[in-house]
Amino acid sequence: MPKRTDIKSILVIGAGPIVIGQACEFDYSGAQACKALKAEGFRVILVNSNPATIMTDPETADAVYIEPINRATVEAIIAKEKPDALLPTMGGQTALNCALDLADAGILDKYKVELIGASRDAIRMAEDRELFRVAMKEIGLECPRAEVAKTFEQAVEIQARVGYPTIIRPSFTLGGSGGGIAYNREEFEEIIKRGLDLSPVHEVLVEESVLGWKEFEMEVVRDKADNCIIVCSIENFDPMGVHTGDSITVAPAQTLTDKEYQRLRDASIAVLRKIGVDTGGSNVQFGINAENGRVVVIEMNPRVSRSSALASKATGFPIAKIAAKLAVGYTLDELRNDITGGATPASFEPTIDYVVTKIPRFAFEKFPAADARLTTQMKSVGEVMAIGRTFQESLQKALRGLETGKDGLNPTGLDFANADDIATLKRELREPKPDRIFYVADAFRAGMSLDEIFALTHIDRWFLDQIGELIEIETAVKTAGLNGLDAAQMRSLKRKGFSDARLAALLDTNEAAVRTLRRAFNVRPVYKRVDSCAAEFATTTAYLYSTYEEQCEAAPTARDKIMVLGGGPNRIGQGIEFDYCCVHAALALREDGFETIMVNCNPETVSTDYDTSDRLYFEPLTLEDVLEIIDVEKPKGVIVQYGGQTPLKLARALEANGAPVIGTTPDSIDLAEDRERFQQMVQKLGLTQPPNRTARTPDEALAHARDIGYPLVVRPSYVLGGRAMEVVHSDADLKRYITDAVKVSNDSPVLLDRFLDNAVEVDVDIVADAQGNVLIGGIMEHIEEAGVHSGDSSCSLPPYSLSEKVQNELRAQVTRMARELKVVGLMNTQFAITQENGDSTIYILEVNPRASRTVPFVCKATGVSLAKIAARCMAGRSLAEQGATQEVIPEYFSVKEAIFPFAKFQNVDPILGPEMRSTGEVMGVGRSFGAAFARAHEAANISAPKVGKVFVSVRDADKPRLLPVAQDLIRRGYSLIATAGTHAYLVEHGVACEYINKVLEGRPHILDAIKNGEIVFIVNTTEGRQAIADSFSIRREALQQRITYSTTVAGARALVHSLDFRSGGEVYSLQELHRELTA
Amino acid sequence: MIPAILALADGTIFRGTSIGAEGETVGEVVFNTAITGYQEILTDPSYARQIVTLTYPHIGNTGVNAVDEESDKVQAAGLVIRDLPRLASNWRSSESLDAYLRRHGIVAIADLDTRALTRLLRDKGAQGGCILAGTDVSAERALAAARAFPGLAGMDLAKVVSTPRQYRFDAGSYDLDRTAFASVPGKHHVVAYDFGVKKNILRMLVDRGCALTVVPAQTPISDVLALKPDGVFLSNGPGDPEPCDYAIAAARETIKRKIPLFGICLGHQIMGLAVGAKTLKMKFGHHGANHPVKDHDDGRVLVTSQNHGFAVDPATLPANTRVTHTSLFDGSLQGFALTDAPAFCFQGHPEASPGPHDIGYLFDRFVSSMVEAQSVRAA
Repeated sequence: MPKRTDIKSILVIGAGPIVIGQACEFDYSGAQACKALKAEGFRVILVNSNPATIMTDPETADAVYIEPINRATVEAIIAKEKPDALLPTMGGQTALNCALDLADAGILDKYKVELIGASRDAIRMAEDRELFRVAMKEIGLECPRAEVAKTFEQAVEIQARVGYPTIIRPSFTLGGSGGGIAYNREEFEEIIKRGLDLSPVHEVLVEESVLGWKEFEMEVVRDKADNCIIVCSIENFDPMGVHTGDSITVAPAQTLTDKEYQRLRDASIAVLRKIGVDTGGSNVQFGINAENGRVVVIEMNPRVSRSSALASKATGFPIAKIAAKLAVGYTLDELRNDITGGATPASFEPTIDYVVTKIPRFAFEKFPAADARLTTQMKSVGEVMAIGRTFQESLQKALRGLETGKDGLNPTGLDFANADDIATLKRELREPKPDRIFYVADAFRAGMSLDEIFALTHIDRWFLDQIGELIEIETAVKTAGLNGLDAAQMRSLKRKGFSDARLAALLDTNEAAVRTLRRAFNVRPVYKRVDSCAAEFATTTAYLYSTYEEQCEAAPTARDKIMVLGGGPNRIGQGIEFDYCCVHAALALREDGFETIMVNCNPETVSTDYDTSDRLYFEPLTLEDVLEIIDVEKPKGVIVQYGGQTPLKLARALEANGAPVIGTTPDSIDLAEDRERFQQMVQKLGLTQPPNRTARTPDEALAHARDIGYPLVVRPSYVLGGRAMEVVHSDADLKRYITDAVKVSNDSPVLLDRFLDNAVEVDVDIVADAQGNVLIGGIMEHIEEAGVHSGDSSCSLPPYSLSEKVQNELRAQVTRMARELKVVGLMNTQFAITQENGDSTIYILEVNPRASRTVPFVCKATGVSLAKIAARCMAGRSLAEQGATQEVIPEYFSVKEAIFPFAKFQNVDPILGPEMRSTGEVMGVGRSFGAAFARAHEAANISAPKVGKVFVSVRDADKPRLLPVAQDLIRRGYSLIATAGTHAYLVEHGVACEYINKVLEGRPHILDAIKNGEIVFIVNTTEGRQAIADSFSIRREALQQRITYSTTVAGARALVHSLDFRSGGEVYSLQELHRELTA
Repeated sequence: MIPAILALADGTIFRGTSIGAEGETVGEVVFNTAITGYQEILTDPSYARQIVTLTYPHIGNTGVNAVDEESDKVQAAGLVIRDLPRLASNWRSSESLDAYLRRHGIVAIADLDTRALTRLLRDKGAQGGCILAGTDVSAERALAAARAFPGLAGMDLAKVVSTPRQYRFDAGSYDLDRTAFASVPGKHHVVAYDFGVKKNILRMLVDRGCALTVVPAQTPISDVLALKPDGVFLSNGPGDPEPCDYAIAAARETIKRKIPLFGICLGHQIMGLAVGAKTLKMKFGHHGANHPVKDHDDGRVLVTSQNHGFAVDPATLPANTRVTHTSLFDGSLQGFALTDAPAFCFQGHPEASPGPHDIGYLFDRFVSSMVEAQSVRAA
């Protein structure tokens, strides 16, 4: 059955901002789907609020709407574009929920839009736990015993039937958010209440525990003729109880016989048929009792998922692309698999001859108050994937690719002679945190038996013994020493996946010494291809991974090559924005005739799509792994400035080892990062920095602090995303910081900067070429005051309050700095601007001569492809040659708003500060700043407070600034309520305000008012540790009750101002907007 | 670590470690890309005189058990793998793979670049090979043995691996939930020619109400007719179909008498020869559990298990045949039926084991043809 001709245009809904549980895997799938549909001749209309995605590039679809993914906006887009069909299966849960909402509201019927890929009934049956259970029963499959509760009382009743531990899963929430495992009544009550609240339909599933069971996933693709194939099976290393997104997972399944595997295959296909997924990819999860093989179905996703992205990368089978084609009428037998150059049909089930390991990456260091124990609610923010010929090899590659300072199964540091440490070890094995695998390794080191470790972890003995064997080998290596190693042993160690760095640690030497010895033994990796067919057919696709075998299939060409080093696993502060830049570098240089080589290990990304670059090396981004690839490929240039901190950390060492790093030199990058060298440069150029010092001892820190004066921003050097950054107000504060928060030493100095209160912060992105010409990409004015991490604040392009004079001065300053730093490529500068008596002072906060988080936003806002232009500059073309000399300043406004994971982490304070904690971003466009801001807030799902009572409580310095905001609120019909200080100030200035107690002042107090639903909006700013701690419960309760809140006055002001523009208004496609710029 | 060596007739030498019995084995070196099912593969009589390379690197993860056998012994001549994990883990496992190989005297080699070997076989075709395992692993000796292997073309192995005597078979498929074989009363008497039959074929016939009599490969059709079968089944098996004149004659007679006939794999090729078509030796055959096949009756795509080195040339099929199945992989013939007799056959493995169950419906079709023939007789 060929392509449908009755539909001409298709609306694709993206996944929106990156959040925990929904990351850039949906950019990968969505971009693939859009490209495939476009190539088939359909008019593709895309809506996605996330500007950092490749899918929102104007080339991806015919009309790209960076607009909120909600019913009203999407309806406006439908009304304008009149698509024939809607494909809801590419944008995760967000897209499915939105599609369901549109269908339920009758909008799809009204505009005669057909849902393709998954029907409304299928989505409902898969998503509604009760319908799903009934459906499974009908096809003879078991689910864990469970019942749905709509009320707390019902939940208690059901719990009595299923017993403890009890699994609680709220319906229709992302990544299982709000769910959990209750071991006792107290926990049960807490989780049920939270779950009922978070579920949009106020319903939770109370379920029999299958904790400790083996967990498997099957990735299935089905076409409309009912042909089904399994793309990949995945086995979870961590048994049931840990969300699969938080589990280490392995492909293919390792511990099933054929009979057992085929049973899952049959069951997963039966599930798709029953649910009625007409076409496309789905994922079915199973639990298996390790004692007797009893199988239960856990859940299914009737859409492309994180697992399907992983399965695609793990096998080379492009699930999203094929699923998109199936959605428009093709059947599997009509499609070919590109990876073999079409030698295999799409109906050929991939088979692999290697092992893939995925390890999630967490960000608990950003949320110290959050519970780091892993449960059924997903908490990880990224993942790494590694390919090896054996599990041990792929595991060790993944561990070092994770970039958490581990280069293998490093010891945790426990003392096995100490009874307390042994108790800790057992607890860490039993109640997993992100680092459980290292405790498993330590358990072997401590001499625990396989059965003992199994009893504590329920990790399959097969995996455990694989780790046990590695630890035995480590011990033997340690004993033998460096001189005891011969070529054969070195080879055998490398075949087990040991990194040079790990061996160096075991052998008490350095990595370079191991590398020298290894190379002297001629023990070098070979590169094998991912081909989806286990070498049964030849492939021309260069999707490669390293291993230690006899035959190398890299077959490098003699062309001019540029290698791009990617960003590794997503983390807070380094995510999709960097992948966006890497992809653009690859695309631009490919267009220019270079052979492009991508190196990355993040399976969620577009950069690791095998056809983004000419060649893809799916490898950890460590010095060892990158040097070996360079040695094989001999590229003309290596781009290190696009992948964030990951490749930057390698820049110097790569250069020292002869790698041809192109663009800004590692020395210039270092100069910008090194406070002292940078300060010299700033002084030389006659520019201004906030007073700052570097301290290498605690005493030095205190002395410097008195020099500069409080408040101070303190942070360790060389960090991205503002890790461990804090504002301190006194000696006592600073002392606590340098004793508790960070260790100060010669190797890790602490930076102290004068904190500029009430300054406007600005980001400027530029591109410079080798001739010293500078293209201003965009000036972005932050909404929140300086002091909030730039990644966490919202910003506007063009600026909404800065004078032309100030903007010109900013342009002049960045140009001088770019020239001084000899920047070739991208540079981002952050400024703070203070106003005093009508005079502005511009302070330079930092300069990053590399890709920044704001690049994709600037590209979308201005239509100028900065990342591509910069890549071409690095490859030797000037800005003039590229015709890129003129800054584009749109007449419309674009606002970027940050998205935070606070709802996922109990006990975490949502107050904004110098440490970055946002996971993603959205963009809103409008004809005025207010309109754009309103649209961005809508996209961020920040609701406009209905007219009612606003609680205001601000620190003293903010009180004068609060006044106009308060007056504005009153004008709009809101009433105010405040605690003592703010109340007195407002009343004194003639603003009517009700008084309410602080929490410590007796009841009824502000929390009571919030809990009783009396408050519609909260403006709460605070400073100093104690005050922050005292007001924590207010912000947390606001979050819990979903009350809109601002933790900065500037943010509150912008929000109130934007209320005029809420709901409605025109929708603009990027193409329309960009046309205005060239007109 | 006991060393082992694999030599191919083309002169290539791979060194690795021994994971089975010590000694020497020769055979045709082939590869199979199935990720699961090594025990079924090893015990499949179709692998007689073949050294099997498994492309998935870890083999032995689930050990072996008493149930997942396709015959009563290991049939493959040898095993080549990348890695044998030292611990097997599965709730049904009763023995490790290496112990099992040693118990069955099977020479096997691990720790070599099986992907390089697979690519070589893909490019040069299946060829003779020899595994030497033990303290004396002379490359010359292995090479000489590999080159001395005559190849499978013209080799009649069906009669070698066939049962020496007739027997009844009444166990159905293994039920993982009940941990027992199904027991189904037999309604249709099927005589199955054993050219190296896989037990799962017999089990799936039993599941569908067949009472089975399994007969040796060279049983004359007259003896079979004397058993008054409702249907005749031609099994899978190793080697070249062409020399199996006895089987070809039996098939021809069955067709002539319009007794329902079903052939699988070698049985399919024999049926092809019986109707006058030609067979040919393939370059490296089909050996995997992921091959899509199109059913021309309803256009559906079935993922099937495949294991054959010979094929029926569709261009030589006579007019009274109808192509029922084609490989979507290389367009080769996968199944045909006679238009003037209740006879059909399939090149791949509907019994799976290992492999997907998609095409198990062929067994139902066979049973239906017997039911139909009975009603015709009754009428």
